[in-house]
Amino acid sequence: MGLIDNINKLFDHRIRLGIMSILMVNEEVDFNQLKELLDVTDGNLSSHSKTLEKAKYITIQKSFIGKKPNTKYVITQSGKQAFKKHIDALEHLIKSQE
Amino acid sequence: MDSKKYLDDISQIKDLMNRSSRFISLSGLSGILAGVYAIVGASVAYFFLRPEPNAYITLHSWNFKILVAILIAVAVLSFVTAYMLTTRKAKKNEEKVWDETTKRLLVNFFVPLVTGGIYILIKLTSQHYGLTASLMLIFYGLALVNASKYTIGNVKYLGYAQIILGLICAAFPGYGFWFWVVGFGILHIIYGSMMHLKERKA
Repeated sequence: MGLIDNINKLFDHRIRLGIMSILMVNEEVDFNQLKELLDVTDGNLSSHSKTLEKAKYITIQKSFIGKKPNTKYVITQSGKQAFKKHIDALEHLIKSQE
Repeated sequence: MDSKKYLDDISQIKDLMNRSSRFISLSGLSGILAGVYAIVGASVAYFFLRPEPNAYITLHSWNFKILVAILIAVAVLSFVTAYMLTTRKAKKNEEKVWDETTKRLLVNFFVPLVTGGIYILIKLTSQHYGLTASLMLIFYGLALVNASKYTIGNVKYLGYAQIILGLICAAFPGYGFWFWVVGFGILHIIYGSMMHLKERKA
């Protein structure tokens, strides 16, 4: 088995990695919080979060608070596992190159 | 492969996890002051309200009401001080005080605390005074441990110390007052000083 087998291509991007990191430690996070923390544009955030949703790593829940749309992001069980695996793989890679 | 990129990835993960989940740290000074308020309150109670030997504090006596008033005053003063000093510190560091994490911090802190408070009041109305100090320490400790997930710093250890003290207190009936002074007074001052020194170094 090669060293990079467990590196998840989906997480090999700054914004997607960021979304996953934040959702790992928070029960739910809304669109504006994510945007602020990651310092990205609306379009960027929604396209990358959709990619993660398609992979079933996160769920996106849309609702309304009064008249304002509110979008919440929650990590799924398989998303957690995939992300943990990815971090382990990163660690392995770094250790093996020291 | 360059491991530099992976290292960057990992430090980004860490940074985002910390920034998104942790409420700014409580100021150490507020811990010291909370301890001082507790000791002042306890001294007032000790010197002015000490019941005669063999006398019991009854629920409707003035002494009891004053005692409760002192407790509430100590709690409110400590809370207001912590709030003011923390806000000031956050402003200086240009951090936001009031966000989702703060709300979660408060909810996680108050759920065990209020539960304990109500429980103690129920026990008091059925004349069980004996374990009041022990219960206060234990529930306060649980509240701290529960809330510590959302703060920077080692509030968790203060929480553990309070719980242990509360349990020991339960084993020594009659010394509740002194355990209370140690827990709410001295432990706060020790913990606050440690945090304060750390803050000044940082």
